[in-house]
Amino acid sequence: MASSGEASVSMDEGLRNELSKQGVFTVKLQDLYNWGRKSSVWPLQFGLACCAIEMIATTMSRYDLARFGAEVFRPSPRQADLMIVAGTVTKKMAPQVVRLFNQMPEPKYVIAMGACAISGGPFKQGYNVLKGIDRYLPVDVHIPGCPPRPEALIEAFMTLQRKIDAQPLVGPDRPRYLDPNAPAEFPVPEYGEHDLEPSYNPEVWQPPKLVRAG
Amino acid sequence: METLEQIKSRIEAAVPGARLEVIPNDSPAKQASLLVDPTCALDVARFLRDDPQLQLDYASNVTGVDWLDTAVKEKVKVKKVVDGAEKEVEETVEKKRPGYLEAVYHLYSIALKHGPVVLRQRTENRTDKTHLASLTPVYRGAEFQEREAYDLYGLIFDGHPDLRRILMWDGFKDFPMRKDYVEPDDYEYEPTPHDDVLEKATRHYAPEVKI
Repeated sequence: MASSGEASVSMDEGLRNELSKQGVFTVKLQDLYNWGRKSSVWPLQFGLACCAIEMIATTMSRYDLARFGAEVFRPSPRQADLMIVAGTVTKKMAPQVVRLFNQMPEPKYVIAMGACAISGGPFKQGYNVLKGIDRYLPVDVHIPGCPPRPEALIEAFMTLQRKIDAQPLVGPDRPRYLDPNAPAEFPVPEYGEHDLEPSYNPEVWQPPKLVRAG
Repeated sequence: METLEQIKSRIEAAVPGARLEVIPNDSPAKQASLLVDPTCALDVARFLRDDPQLQLDYASNVTGVDWLDTAVKEKVKVKKVVDGAEKEVEETVEKKRPGYLEAVYHLYSIALKHGPVVLRQRTENRTDKTHLASLTPVYRGAEFQEREAYDLYGLIFDGHPDLRRILMWDGFKDFPMRKDYVEPDDYEYEPTPHDDVLEKATRHYAPEVKI
């Protein structure tokens, strides 16, 4: 059985179809592994502001995130795979959010939910609000909205599932947790005299270079 | 409820050495306030709370105000010799008023259902003499609000049981609600800047390449 996505060792499509009719299913180890991972993503149970209310609504019976295998919100980072940053990240809160992410075991993912978590939102020009959690954490999916509707969170979750499904186990495109040289922890910012130090992690985020007319 | 002038004269009778001043308010609200000297503020607050006619038992709000140095124009009547005859002429004189910080308390009576009486304390300046009297010994609910005023304006309340920062972290040095506060420059990425944000964002733009 092939463990990589290489075409050279993949099975003939006709033979696979023929076998499946007989009740024999063949699958690549990578697909089986990723199917298992994406079907049981346990989010960390924490919310920062009003987006958390929408996140809670998403898990309840009407929107029912359990259909996607993510109904188990863990109150401990040691048992969680996914961090949903739901709400405004103040500069006082940011070190704790990064520390919680560091305490989660790999493989781990981040969804930045709502205008505040992706950019600071309506508080962007305030002195006390972080202008997006992606300044310190590797965010996998951004959801705009203030707050985003539960459907948007489900869409983000499905996007994350597609991303997990496509992750190869070997090769240069393999995810962070399979690369021994990739960072497992992200530096926790310190409280400075005027601002957080550093104000962003340059390995994770760099200000985009915009071309301005005029 | 009595007028502020009546309250003022009754305080002056009850609290010896109390220095008070009624600050008028020209806005449509016409809500005048009572300026109290920090040396006697605690006694005044105790009187306002315990007096049977007032019973101002509830401090609903404590806040700070930052007043910068300003030039105040005043009209003064000056006697001048105009065309050989002495006349009274109005002249505008510009006076420099040094800045100060204020703590404002809104006091209500739950027992008698009246209020507010607005109490003000003023510091001597905005830099080193920013001490005021804490009213927490009289109004327990003022504790966190005075901490907030300390955190954001740098007002130091003498007699406060636990004066620490409450919103910002302990190592933080600035007072963000002061008018001369300079915020951290994290305007590297502003997709649609405008007005003063545009000015701050332009500092981060790459220099134009000229050929």
